[in-house]
This record gives sequence, structure tokens and C-alpha cells, in this order.
Amino acid sequence: MSLRSLFKPEVTRRTVLTAGQVVPDPVRCVQCGICSYNCPINIDVRRHAWLGEVIVDSHCLTCGECVSRCPRGVLRFERSDVFKDKGS
Amino acid sequence: MTQFLIIGSGVAGISAAEAIRSQDTQSPITIISDDRHGFYSRPGLAYFLTGEIPQDQLFNYSPQAYKALNTKFIRGRVTRIRSSDHMVEVENGKYPFCYDILLIATGSFALKPEVPGIAFDGVVKLDHLEDAIRIIALAKKAKKAIIVGGGITALELAEGLVANRVKVHYLLRGDRYWGNVLDENESRIIERRLKEHRITIQYQAELSEITGKAGRVTGVRLASGDTIPCDIVAVAIGIKPKLELAKASGIATDRGILTDEYLQTSVDAVYSAGDVAQAIDSLSGKNVLDTLWAPAREQGWTAGLNMVGVKTPYVKSPSFNVTRLAGLTTTIIGQVGGGRDSDVFGIARGDSETWRDIPDAIAAQTGFEVNRLRLMIGEEHIVGAVVMGDQTLSYPIQYIVAKRVDISSIRSALLAPGADISEVLVNFWTIFSRQVAHSLSSEIS
Repeated sequence: MSLRSLFKPEVTRRTVLTAGQVVPDPVRCVQCGICSYNCPINIDVRRHAWLGEVIVDSHCLTCGECVSRCPRGVLRFERSDVFKDKGS
Repeated sequence: MTQFLIIGSGVAGISAAEAIRSQDTQSPITIISDDRHGFYSRPGLAYFLTGEIPQDQLFNYSPQAYKALNTKFIRGRVTRIRSSDHMVEVENGKYPFCYDILLIATGSFALKPEVPGIAFDGVVKLDHLEDAIRIIALAKKAKKAIIVGGGITALELAEGLVANRVKVHYLLRGDRYWGNVLDENESRIIERRLKEHRITIQYQAELSEITGKAGRVTGVRLASGDTIPCDIVAVAIGIKPKLELAKASGIATDRGILTDEYLQTSVDAVYSAGDVAQAIDSLSGKNVLDTLWAPAREQGWTAGLNMVGVKTPYVKSPSFNVTRLAGLTTTIIGQVGGGRDSDVFGIARGDSETWRDIPDAIAAQTGFEVNRLRLMIGEEHIVGAVVMGDQTLSYPIQYIVAKRVDISSIRSALLAPGADISEVLVNFWTIFSRQVAHSLSSEIS
């Protein structure tokens, strides 16, 4: 987790779509699977949370279903380093 | 080759098997459990009850993951450990099983109140998948349920039953909800939200009897003499570690199985982890119980490493749990103080004893009703916090508490009357995280 990114202003929808990725905080996760169940393209988000891995699946739509439905705040969007961080 | 044996297929047992496998790809690992469903997300039962996930979704381990674990699963109940022979007896000696290194991860079970009528059909708890299946089946025909108990599980039962269109009447022995962890305002926020969901709360209500007819629940009688008709009585008054096996086998126990910092029990080559273990907390030097998923997983992993010969002390992180209380995401970190909860006997599921330590700290509070923050502020550190609603602040607080970040520069600002503690904390964190990021990047370069 990038410490610097924690208090950036809310990323815009467009930024999320282009440069966002879903990052789990495994210590919060109880493996209920609401995330995987609601993923429209069947990414096993829960397995990523178990392994503490960022969801880097290129098919991820960053639609936010998993992020918003998780009852324990395990998942959130962070800026990926796909694009260089410009001046922030 | 070492013969590893794990008793219990919960998260502690699976995590131990993963740790062993991470170091040793050859030695046989066997897990013995009497849970016919094996490994699944027990905290997820709450969301199965509300209908947010189907039953199949509770099983988080895929066939590929099982293949990689390369572990043999045996269904059965271990009835005795003969540690001098390095052997366990399954089903009263019918099947002896040898081991070189053993882990006891038998977990805990839900207590039931000792009142007449407790054995009636219609009295339920939320311990296993079987319980959740039973509750959903009963709810189809039930009109009204009584909830008895405190903590997280009682609310999960209440919310699950409401989602299944059962009218819920919640009995609290005390004056407020979860009094040993939440402060009064927090309790009231939760209670108000429960009432908005048409849940009736009755305070200072002590169950004295469950009434029934032809073996089925028909209602409850309270100590006051009042009677309330109902079809379901759901109880969540606390849990107890499953200790009998260890006790009968001469392993040192207190309220749980006592372990040293390497999670080894009093007996050589026998380890313990998860709800059943009373592991040492290096911070306080006391052996404490945790009934949380994350410490169980962490303990399982650490025990597994020690079992395979990678000497690793268990360092208990500040107790941390995120849960959903009456639809409100709530994070509880570190020590938050509080006394006794008259609704829970001992420890509740999803609970940590360290929360209840009364810290040498002063509380600072802020926020609206559903976005509430309480910080327990010590001399130089934030020792605990409760974050309700918006969770943005819980991530930095998690870090500040766990890493014991020095907050003395903002201590007086946090404690000033009328202070906006969220803002003080955000400003502090913005500067602090920049410094940390800077020092990290200087270290790398």
C-alpha cells in the first residue's frame, strides 16, 4: 500500500477506469466471497485478498462492485503505476 | 519426512498446512476434523443468512488450492492424544493415528444459556453452517424470533432473521448493546438503527425459561415474569474454546490451551492455534483469547512455521476487527476500554480480550451519528479506536496504532474541547505519510 496515496482526493471515475486498480487489505478479510460473487466477469477477488495480491487481471473493469459490496472495507481503489505519477 | 497432523479444519488449521507446505513440499500433512463441511468462511455465515451470498459461496478454497496444499483430509473426531506415543485416537480408539508434530486447532463452540426449555426445537445458535441452514429453514414458517445475547453474533442473527422476514425481539440483560467494547453513544447508534429495522429491543430483560409445546418453542418467560410468544429463540451469549481433548490428554490449559511465544503447548511437539489457543501477548505478557479470523490465520501460519522448524515467535498485532453492526461498517482497533458486558459470558465470537483492557488513555470523539470516530489517546500514542461509518480514517489509524506512531505533537489538539479530531488526524497523517514515503525512498536509493 502506498502511504502517499492514502489521502489523495477522491479519484475521479475516469481516473479509476484508466489508472485504478483494486487493492485488498487481507487483515480485514474473512473470505465471505461477496466480492467474487458480485464480480460481473468472475474474477476471484476473494482469492486475491487471501493471497494479499492486487487485482491486476487485465479483464477487471474497475466497476467497483466488489469495493462497494464488501462488508468489511477490505477492498479499495488505488492508482496503479501503469501511468507515471505526474506531479503528485 | 515428518508426519504432520492437524486437528481442526478451520482457518488456523488450513493456514498451518499452508505454512508447512511453503517450506516442505514432501512431508505428509493430514487434517482431521469432525466438521462435515470442512473449511469454509464461518464469518461469512452472517451474509449467507441475509441472502447476500448463496451457500456454495462460503467455500473459499478452490480445487486448485487444495491440490497445491497436497493435504489429506480425514473426517472424524479425535478423542484422545497420547503424546508419549506420538499418537492420537480417532473415534474412541477405533483408528489410531501417528504423528511427529501435532497442531490442536479445535476452535470454539457457542454456549447456550442454562434455562429450562433450551433443548426445544426452535432454539438456535450461529456456530456452523448446519446452524445457518437450520435457521433459514425455520424462518420460512416462523413469525417471531427472540434474540438473546450480546456482541457481533447476536446482531448477525437479528439481521439475518429480519432479512428472512421474521419479526425480531431482542433481549438485552444490560442497559445497552455491547457495553464492554462500545461506549454509550456508539451503543445507542446501533440500537437506533436496529429499531429502524423494526427490531424491538427490551433492556434489563433476563431470560428465565423457554416455553414449548410438543417439543417445539412457543415462547419465552423472563425473570420479571413477562411472557413473550415466539417460534424461534436465537442465542449468542458467548463462546468457549473446545478444550476437553487437550485437558484429557494432560496438556496445560487455562481458559484456552496455554502456549508459549512459538505456539507450542506444555507438551513437546504439540502446538495450538486459533480460538482454542490462549496465546501469549508479548505486549502485556499475558495469555489472552482471541476469537477473530485474522489472528487465527496468523497463529496458524506461525504455528505451521514452527512445526516445520522455522523458529518464529508469534507477535500479536493490536487486536483489530471490522464488522458490520446494524448495516454500519465498524472498525475496532487496539484497546478501547469498557467494563463487563452482562449479555456475554466470557468472550464473544469475533471478539478480542485486549479490547476490554481499560487503557491509560483519554477518549476523543467526533463526527455525526453514522460517521463516528473515537480515539483512545495515551501519552504518546493512539492506543485504540472505534471507527463507525466512513472507513477512510480507519486505514491510517490501523497503521498509527499498530506501529505505535508518536502523536505527541498533536495530542493536545486532539484533546482540545470541540476539536475536529478527524481533521487534526488527516493533517498529521498527510505530513507523516509523506515523511515515511520520503524516508523509504531514500533508503531504497
